[in-house]
Parts: sequence; structure tokens; C-alpha cells
Amino acid sequence: MKPGITKLGFVRSGALIAVLCIMMMHSTFAEIPLAERRSGYDLLSRETRAMQNDDTANPGMLWVLDGEALWRAKAGTAEKACADCHGDARETMKGIAARYPAFDPARGRPVDLEQRINICRSEQQKAPPFAYESKDLLALTVYVTRQSRGMPIEGAVDERLKPFVDAGRALFTRRLGQLNLTCAQCHDDNWGQKLAGNPLPQAHPTGYPVYRLEWQTVGSLQRRLRNCLIGMRVEPYAYGSPEYVALETFLMWRARGLPVETPAVRP
Amino acid sequence: MARALINVPAKAKRGEVIAIKTLISHEMETGFRHSTIGLPIPRNIITSFVAIYNKEEIFRAELFPAIAANPFITFYTVATESGTIAFEWTGDNGFSATETAAITVE
Repeated sequence: MKPGITKLGFVRSGALIAVLCIMMMHSTFAEIPLAERRSGYDLLSRETRAMQNDDTANPGMLWVLDGEALWRAKAGTAEKACADCHGDARETMKGIAARYPAFDPARGRPVDLEQRINICRSEQQKAPPFAYESKDLLALTVYVTRQSRGMPIEGAVDERLKPFVDAGRALFTRRLGQLNLTCAQCHDDNWGQKLAGNPLPQAHPTGYPVYRLEWQTVGSLQRRLRNCLIGMRVEPYAYGSPEYVALETFLMWRARGLPVETPAVRP
Repeated sequence: MARALINVPAKAKRGEVIAIKTLISHEMETGFRHSTIGLPIPRNIITSFVAIYNKEEIFRAELFPAIAANPFITFYTVATESGTIAFEWTGDNGFSATETAAITVE
């Protein structure tokens, strides 16, 4: 090989490494300033926005109807309905979802809304818990979350949640999987750009459980996280694992102040 | 019983063109997919939708496997007289759902 070419190649790869280093330095500290945060709603097409805005066109409302029926249905050996303890959800569940995942003192860790519903189900109603992503669990979660629609996300105000927010942030900024990516590289550093033709959102969980057109159904935030992890070629965590709840806690802290949109529609 | 959402204006002027929106929960399983153990998942779709305005059929649609889950059908009609608009969806495995909406025409 001619020495000139080798030298040129060396210079080129040196320049490439320098560019990569700059990109990596950039990706290490780039939390989105509070004023620049946008819901994924802003990136939707006109048609998808219209679908979310109109309660008679938003398919997520079908889950709200199912959830409302489940709220009043007696279940388990205790023969109790959610409404028997909590009354009218439109009053008692207002603002609840805006502060979940919430710290559960009995367990010493945060639980998300799906887990809270299942805890109530097994401890109060004495009924078998719903499976993750089952229609009933999603319907109840959508119904409860909808009562907070338009209210700002509180975002881990409880001091006891702080270590879990930090654990979530550590996961969000850790390189994972065969593609060696972090969540932050897409959602903090490159939001608004395109990924395979689709706009990259900032990943604020404002509308979960969400009606995703690709899924043709409602799915939880954990399902969405699992989806991203598979895209990064990471072995996904099991549903309900503490890693997901920590990520959810961090994401809700990160989205603090943005309004709840549930049931949102996303492509 | 499948859940459905209907949007018909409660009041309209005689001769006015009104938009009607319908949304129904249905999985619309195509029949082309296979389960995780390789068995074909049988087709389960809505095949027909009919709207009847005071006994007169005003809209009819045939649905096919390419239509997404929870079909949303919207159409326009002329408000002729007060009464009810009845909607009926029928499909595979004896699926049938009906809804009605009242309209006042002035």
C-alpha cells in the first residue's frame, strides 16, 4: 500500500473520530429546557390531531366507556366495585393520574397506575389481578387517567420518589443494547429530527395509556418503552419490573407541568 | 356488546347537510395472520354497516379485511324531518350491534 494513501486514510479517520467525540460530548448533558418541552401532539399530522380532539372520533374513548362500566362492576370475593370505595370517579379520581407513579409506603417503592389498580383489586376486591396489557386493565387505567385530562403533570413532588427519578434518569442516559444507544440520544438531543421518516418526539408520557394507530389498540407506557427497547435491540424488561417504573417516574418528572392528554392518539 | 360512539347533531334546519360520525369497537381480525404456534387466526371482521333514517336507508358500506380495527365511518346526509337514525353493524361469527340517535329538524 502506498504510504500517501495510508496517511490520508489516517487523517480521515482521525477527523471522523473527532466528529464522533463532539457528538458524544454533546449527548452527555442536554436535558431539554423546561420552556422548550413539547408534547408529541405537536408533531402529529392534522388528521391524527383531529382524531384526538374529537371525543366521538377518538377510539381511545371506547376504552373510557369500558372503564366506566368496570368502575361500577362488582368484582372478587369481597363483592365490591371501585365505586363502592371511591365513589364517582369524575370527582375522586381528578388529578390522581397526574401524580403517578406514586410512592407506596407498604412496598417502599413507587407503583404506577396499572399496579395500583391491581393492588386494589387483589387487596380490596379480593379478585385475581388483571394481566398486563389486558383490555380490562387498560380500560380502567384509561378511565382513571382521563379524569385528569388537561391537568398539569405533577412530576415526582414526593421527596421519597427522588431516588427513583435518579434511577430512571440513569437508565435513560445509559447506553444499552446491540445498537449501543441511550434514550437521551434520540429524545433529548435529536427530537424534532426524523427517524426512518417519522418525527422524533421528546418522549413525554402525556397521553398514556395511548391509542396507537400502529397497534390498532390502546397500550400502556410500559408497552411503548418495550417497543423502544426492542428498536434499540435491548432484551426488554418484564412487565411491571422496577426498571420500567423507575423510567416512568423519571419521564413523568421530566414532563412536569405538561397537561395530561389521555386518551391520546399517536401514529 | 360492542361499544359504539355516535355523533349526530341533536338539532338541524330542514334541508341542512349534516355530518354523521360513527365509531365502533371491533378487532377486525383479517384472517391472514397466524398465532405464535403457527395456527391461522380465523377471520373476524365487520362485513356490513347500514344507516336508516326514519325507515329510509341513507347509507350502506361493505367492510373488508384491510380495514383497521375499531372502524370509524363518517358520512353526510340531508336533514329532512325529525326522528331517529338507526345504525347497524353486522359481521362474522354472528356479530351484530345497533345504535340509534335522535334528531330534531326545525
